Amino acid sequence: MTAELTRLGASALAEAIASGQSSAEEVTRAHLDRIEAVDEAVHAFLHVSTESALDQARAVDRARALGDAPVSRLAGVPLALKDIVVQAGVPATAGSKILEGWIPPYDATVTRRLVEAGVVILGKTNLDEFAMGSSTENSAYGPTRNPWDLSRIPGGSGGGSAAALAAFEAPLAIGTDTGGSIRQPAAVTGTVGTKPTYGGVSRYGVIALASSLDQVGPCARTVLDTALLHEVIAGHDPLDSTSIPQPVPLVVDAVRRGQADGVAGMRIGVVSQLRGKGYQAGVLESFDAAVATLAAAGADIVEVDCPHFEYALAAYYLILPSECSSNLARFDAMRYGLRVGDDGTASAEEVMSRTRGAGFGAEVKRRIILGTYALSAGYYDAYYGSAQKVRTLIKQDFEKAFTAADVLVSPASPVTAFAIGEKVNDPLAMYLNDLATIPGSLAGIPAMSVPSGIASDTGLPVGLQIMGPALGEERIYRVAAAFESAYVAAHHRSVPDAAPELEVGVR
Amino acid sequence: MTTAQTLAAGLMDYDEAIQTYDPVLGLEVHVELGTVTKMFCGCPTDFGAEPNTQICPICLALPGAMPAVNRTAVEYAIRIGLALNCEIASWCRFARKNYFYPDMPKNFQTSQYDEPIATNGYLDVKIDGQTVRVDIERAHMEEDTGKSTHVGGATGRIHGAEYSLLDYNRAGVPLVEIVTKPIVGTKALAPQVARAYVTALRDLLSSLGVSDVRMDQGSLRCDANVSLTPAGNPLFGTRTETKNVNSLRSVERAVRYEITRQAALLATGTRIVQETRHFDETTGTTSPGRSKETAEDYRYFPEPDLVPLAPEREWVEAIRASLPELPWIRRARMQADWGLTDLQMRDLLASDAVDLVAATVDAGASPAEATSWWSSYLGQQANVRGVALNELPITPAQLAAVIAKVVDGPLNTKIARQVVDGVLAGEGEPDEVIAARGLAVMSDDGALHAAVDEALAAQPAVADKIRSGKLQAVGAIVGAVMKATRGQADAAKVRQLVLSTLGVEG
Repeated sequence: MTAELTRLGASALAEAIASGQSSAEEVTRAHLDRIEAVDEAVHAFLHVSTESALDQARAVDRARALGDAPVSRLAGVPLALKDIVVQAGVPATAGSKILEGWIPPYDATVTRRLVEAGVVILGKTNLDEFAMGSSTENSAYGPTRNPWDLSRIPGGSGGGSAAALAAFEAPLAIGTDTGGSIRQPAAVTGTVGTKPTYGGVSRYGVIALASSLDQVGPCARTVLDTALLHEVIAGHDPLDSTSIPQPVPLVVDAVRRGQADGVAGMRIGVVSQLRGKGYQAGVLESFDAAVATLAAAGADIVEVDCPHFEYALAAYYLILPSECSSNLARFDAMRYGLRVGDDGTASAEEVMSRTRGAGFGAEVKRRIILGTYALSAGYYDAYYGSAQKVRTLIKQDFEKAFTAADVLVSPASPVTAFAIGEKVNDPLAMYLNDLATIPGSLAGIPAMSVPSGIASDTGLPVGLQIMGPALGEERIYRVAAAFESAYVAAHHRSVPDAAPELEVGVR
Repeated sequence: MTTAQTLAAGLMDYDEAIQTYDPVLGLEVHVELGTVTKMFCGCPTDFGAEPNTQICPICLALPGAMPAVNRTAVEYAIRIGLALNCEIASWCRFARKNYFYPDMPKNFQTSQYDEPIATNGYLDVKIDGQTVRVDIERAHMEEDTGKSTHVGGATGRIHGAEYSLLDYNRAGVPLVEIVTKPIVGTKALAPQVARAYVTALRDLLSSLGVSDVRMDQGSLRCDANVSLTPAGNPLFGTRTETKNVNSLRSVERAVRYEITRQAALLATGTRIVQETRHFDETTGTTSPGRSKETAEDYRYFPEPDLVPLAPEREWVEAIRASLPELPWIRRARMQADWGLTDLQMRDLLASDAVDLVAATVDAGASPAEATSWWSSYLGQQANVRGVALNELPITPAQLAAVIAKVVDGPLNTKIARQVVDGVLAGEGEPDEVIAARGLAVMSDDGALHAAVDEALAAQPAVADKIRSGKLQAVGAIVGAVMKATRGQADAAKVRQLVLSTLGVEG
């Protein structure tokens, strides 16, 4: 019974709990058991909050016993929280040694909304240090492994959240996406993940990488579950002044519309610049098949040209390091986290320097150095200033494209999951994993990855990226749901359901 | 001292310095806004709380915390900008000023940089009847840092300290920094102009209700930039920036000291080092701050955690409409209304009596009476007690009530002082003091007649003199009557009574 519970999706679990068919505690225990059984091999979690998760689940059960209506459509459903979102009383590391042992005294807005919705937080998931990476190999606490093939990466930075879904350790997860950290892991683990419109979800309590790009988003194994979670976490927050004072998009309705009506009459644009060179053959093959599926489901397929996307990666790797060099300055050993070299003779500045030297990993240092350089007097205009101009041009490319198409599609990741260690010494090769996702990040538009199938060349999942105009979440969910329905109808099971059963307890 | 001697001491005689060089000033004033909460979070801003009790994830820069702008702080900044005749930006941003320092939790200061909220204003200041217009470059918003206390060193500064304590209560308190354009052409008056400017600014900010402007508590802080250029040379020399100037007097002294110090260096052909200097209140001298090997690069960039500020025009105009009468305009009006000379007005200002006089006038007293009471008798009382005028335990309303009784007759000035003494001694309201002490002008004519008769009888020679027309002799009889009645008689009335008793025309 418990094994079966972990195979269910969030909406099914919520219904089972609401109807009394299963208790929330039972559902939570099933997932904790699954984590216990497989996470030694997968290493999706950095911290498992067994007691607080069970307490939360029992609270949902008590409320139901008292006859209260469920507090949300996800009450009692377990979730894996990326360890860059703070939860009061639960260790938060951001994947870095510099925060080892720090226990936040406050909840992120997202955490508070989850708790208020009765969502059960199982624990904190692994990530590349401060979300810098595309493989989760940059975590100071060791890599996460892809449940499809344990010798391969689960993507990054949100590899832990994506792997937890693919390994059936949790039906829901929270990710954060700065340049693709939700979408690329979703793609390479055969799961679903959405980066909402910038400002759609509060960033308050989310440890910042690049403030103008970071966005929190929902992850799950189905489009519907992702939409349900999206509605729980989205909405204006006065604590994040960049959050948009707009109503939460009705993405669950949009999913139902996509499931029922498909994409008839919708214009779907294929971005010329997001295919071809640098994309794996099996990925392109799966992508072309997905486009054909959408056409068959009633969409008009159009080709769109976004000439400035060529410069997106370069602009991104100036803007992100610049912002992160400043955001990460607070990790200085003065108030929290690691403290190194405080021997009674060293000055505060020396302790700061020693701590940062010891506490940050190589990729973090690389980006801090790059950003410090890019913002320096005399270089600002040439680097940060020019990058911001490119950003504007990319936004304009999107605006133009969205006059010709309702949504845009591309592969979410240029390649399927690669081997652990394969690119770890080649930062540029690593950066190319976000080739398709970075333009949407720079423009602040909503984008998601849904599994488009299994690559014929590697046998690993491929992700279809669907992008919409700012605040156009309902469109992308509709298209994603329509595609997912068509895929399941054709293949008789979803991509995540095709993930290998892990040999429990064995690596 | 001879010129050679003062130069050897590193200083040039002030008059000589001014003859040789033109001083150029630049004043940067930081004012802590009196908002209830901090610039970017909801923590209180109260001064003097236990260390690290007014902190939260945001102002402590815990991982994940981010700022949200305090609207009242923006309103105060706009008030300041408008009162300084500035243009208010229709769109502006905060930037990050990046540098590492333990008392700055984020290791960057969120501050306006090249897009300040207010630009291009001026403030007119008066010195010896002459008006000097100080041009304002900008007023911008920023946040304060925490406070470091360096323990164990001789100087209380970071060098030589054994350890440092950090208090983040002040971190994130809203500040407005007001920067002047270079102030040129003030020559010998430069130190006074600096002081007069900061004084005028302090009064303005106080009247705007945006800050308590306490220099002693650091809610108003002035950095004085001083450079010298050979007299008549339009090019500016190298400047120094003097910090820790914590009183109006210090502003003047620090500028004066820097002029004499820099002049001495220039006279011997020594270059001025561009540096931050530290003013010592005790010695009245400045000394170099920590020297920087290289110029600090703050790597400013627009604060991505905050959306741009775009104050709506209607809001700005509503703030403009709500500005109080500016203090110098109010003062000029009062001086005219009250009929005071410049000297009288200056004395009132010097003793911080203007508001008290105004309140006493508002409570019904005449300006002359109110001015006289506050500047003389109450001024003495304050001196005796070693307190400021406004710390005396008497309210303008109480004083006005006493003055009214003098005007209407029941009290004379001498008894009125006894009533005021009673109020100051905590004996209650004026009426309670009068009742309890049995104070009132003697209005019983019979008793007064008797007292006059008795005095005349006691001094027959004086009575004769008066009868013969030597009216100045009346004083002796009046004095005797006043003494006999323990001052409770109305002296003018006594005088009349003496004259009428003796049948002499007054």
